[in-house]
Amino acid sequence: MAANKIYETPMLDELEKGPWPSFITGIKALRDNHESQFINDMTSSLLGQLEHSYETRKGYWKGGTVSVFGYGGGIIPRFSEVAAAFPESKEFHTLRVQPTPGNYYTTEMLNQLGDSWEKHGSGLVTFHGQTGNIMFIGTTTKGTQSFFDEINEYGWDLGGAGPCVRTAMSCVGAARCEMSNCNEHGIQRWLVNNFTDDVHRPALPYKFKFKISGCPNDCQNAIERADFAVIGTWRDDMRVDQAEFKNYIESKGRQYIIDNVITRCPTQALALNDDDTIAVDNRNCVRCMHCINVLPKALRTGLDKGVTVLIGGKRTLKIGDLMGTVVVPFKKLETRDDYEELVELAEEVIDFWAENALEHERCGEMIERIGLVNFLEGLDIDVNPNMVSSTRQSSYVRMDGWDDEAIKWFENQAEA
Amino acid sequence: MAMADMRPPIESGCPDGFQYMHPAMRRNFGQWKYHTDPRPGVLCHVAESGETVYTVKCGTQRILDLFTLRELTSIGDEYADGYIRFTIRSNVEYTVDDEAKVEPLIKALEDKGYVVGGTRNSVTTLSHTQGWLHCDIPGTDASGVVKSMMDELIDEFRQWNMPNRVHLTTSCCQINCGGQGDIAINVQHTKPPKIDHSQVSNVCERPSVVARCPVAAIRPALVDGKPSLEVDEKKCICCGACFPPCPPMQINDAEHSKLAVWVGGNHSNARGKPTFQKLVASAIPNNPPRWPEATAIVKQILKCYKEDARDWERVGEWVERIGWPRFFELTGLPFTKYHIDNWRGARASLNASTHIRF
Repeated sequence: MAANKIYETPMLDELEKGPWPSFITGIKALRDNHESQFINDMTSSLLGQLEHSYETRKGYWKGGTVSVFGYGGGIIPRFSEVAAAFPESKEFHTLRVQPTPGNYYTTEMLNQLGDSWEKHGSGLVTFHGQTGNIMFIGTTTKGTQSFFDEINEYGWDLGGAGPCVRTAMSCVGAARCEMSNCNEHGIQRWLVNNFTDDVHRPALPYKFKFKISGCPNDCQNAIERADFAVIGTWRDDMRVDQAEFKNYIESKGRQYIIDNVITRCPTQALALNDDDTIAVDNRNCVRCMHCINVLPKALRTGLDKGVTVLIGGKRTLKIGDLMGTVVVPFKKLETRDDYEELVELAEEVIDFWAENALEHERCGEMIERIGLVNFLEGLDIDVNPNMVSSTRQSSYVRMDGWDDEAIKWFENQAEA
Repeated sequence: MAMADMRPPIESGCPDGFQYMHPAMRRNFGQWKYHTDPRPGVLCHVAESGETVYTVKCGTQRILDLFTLRELTSIGDEYADGYIRFTIRSNVEYTVDDEAKVEPLIKALEDKGYVVGGTRNSVTTLSHTQGWLHCDIPGTDASGVVKSMMDELIDEFRQWNMPNRVHLTTSCCQINCGGQGDIAINVQHTKPPKIDHSQVSNVCERPSVVARCPVAAIRPALVDGKPSLEVDEKKCICCGACFPPCPPMQINDAEHSKLAVWVGGNHSNARGKPTFQKLVASAIPNNPPRWPEATAIVKQILKCYKEDARDWERVGEWVERIGWPRFFELTGLPFTKYHIDNWRGARASLNASTHIRF
């Protein structure tokens, strides 16, 4: 088959040159070689509009309101502002579909999703968008419903869009990484699937994201991007295989180990002994992961594993970028009760934020506005020095509750 | 169709990933012992059980057509074990349980034009946003910028040439959906929005737009007898935050929407705490179809980083060690008054010491 109308695309054609795979070549293949006339025409029209954007340096999509029956979100509606010139892609909506934690697929399942998508959509897809969704890019309002109905029958559900709990993400995790300290897959599904209603029916002040990384390398960018970041960690001693450490010295040289491991520890918790073994001051290790990254055969995470929870990470809009702040320094995640407690914490955070945030205010911005202590008191969480980089620098604060707070600290210490 | 005939959704949420995992991953879940890097683009993971899996990583165009997706799955069926995962930078990973499968798999991928690499101290695929292809507020394209840059950085993707891993990102507006990167290429608007006063009262909820402005530069106004908005252009920081809730606040401009380059964003806790990226260059032309000026600056920064940084230093750590004066000296980029922060918390970025570089 072929598209009824082909647009000249001299600028886009430039993006077919060069060795990296070209998305333009791919879209043209759909335009010229796919057996569906609908796909030929829609992708041809898309190329026409995209060329127009390249020529004029402007975007021509506008949003709107499209969802599937029973949901209020999950679709990114796109209507063309230049539909008169490029009519076959005048409706070009994206469906956001929640992937598995860690983004695992069988080839069979990917093919099945592809079979469904070519019946109902443009044939363009991305694994995955920045929020973490599979993005099925480009279909009509009718196509969103029929595609969703089909894939929803075999286990796939829409993700979040708008002011709601968003699709969650986690790293490759315990399935294929020795650095992992938790069951990222379990954590993601326990958390986000508790809020399915809040994913599908946007009714919160703004977006709320969960991201999970199995270790402090944070491959999932959770601290930077998630309102609720869960990072695997450990609190006992790191495991050391001295024989393997000596092998590293032998193969890489003593100087390399000194320059790249011993002296790079941020808390000077490592020392090289005279007999070419390594000494670790575990009380001062901050679990940064560097030495483990460099020497993965010799050094390993500890065995008393758990997670750290940081709240309030987000991107620039509106007050500037914020990293998440430690709210739970360490939590074991072994039993069903442990997981339920984590979900309860998430519920309390979201409830407090929904009650207290301004419109379009992320959780981190609210904490910035009201102060961390007010947030903690709202959640009935005790303060902990792991929550700060340094203590207060300004004396301008009323402190007449000091004695009671000090007693609380000593009582909590005695209980721990 | 009547409502009663509509199909109610099954609210299944996030699906279980174990059903799609390689059986060796299921068997050894949480039991991995260590990994090695046999060559660029290949990871080898060894479990406590002694089982070993090999993962081959390759870069794609990210915006996949179904022909490409099926090609990737058929390679997975023929040369791998039928399992695929995607990294957060949209690289494809095939995991196999036999070392003998690795080289034929790499050959099959490379024969079809896919690029194997992106592991360890390489420049991995730019993570990017939607751009002109699909976003409603973009100042530039995303897939095209990435294609143009990766064409030039392909050897850095294929090899281990860098002091440490390099994450590049792009964003098509100043909301910065692309996130933090060692080097980020982001839109930077330089003029206040041009307001289409005929449309504001039709499509905008004016109080929400006023509230959205980070510097309170927008106020309600009556223009030509119609309710509209006006912008105090002396206050306006040209961020574009008013544009998503109110499309008549036209921030995108063919000439004045520029690109800026930022360095030093890092999400890892390794060595130092996670860091945000910092401005190094702006007023770069938004120049489709191949954005050569932006690519040249990125390559210049990468060249200096590669030559001057120590092993394991990320871009931000390198700049931290050598200092900003040396960074501008090495890269030849100009230092301007715009590099000095004046946003909230800016004081923390000023040098309140006698630590001076000569």
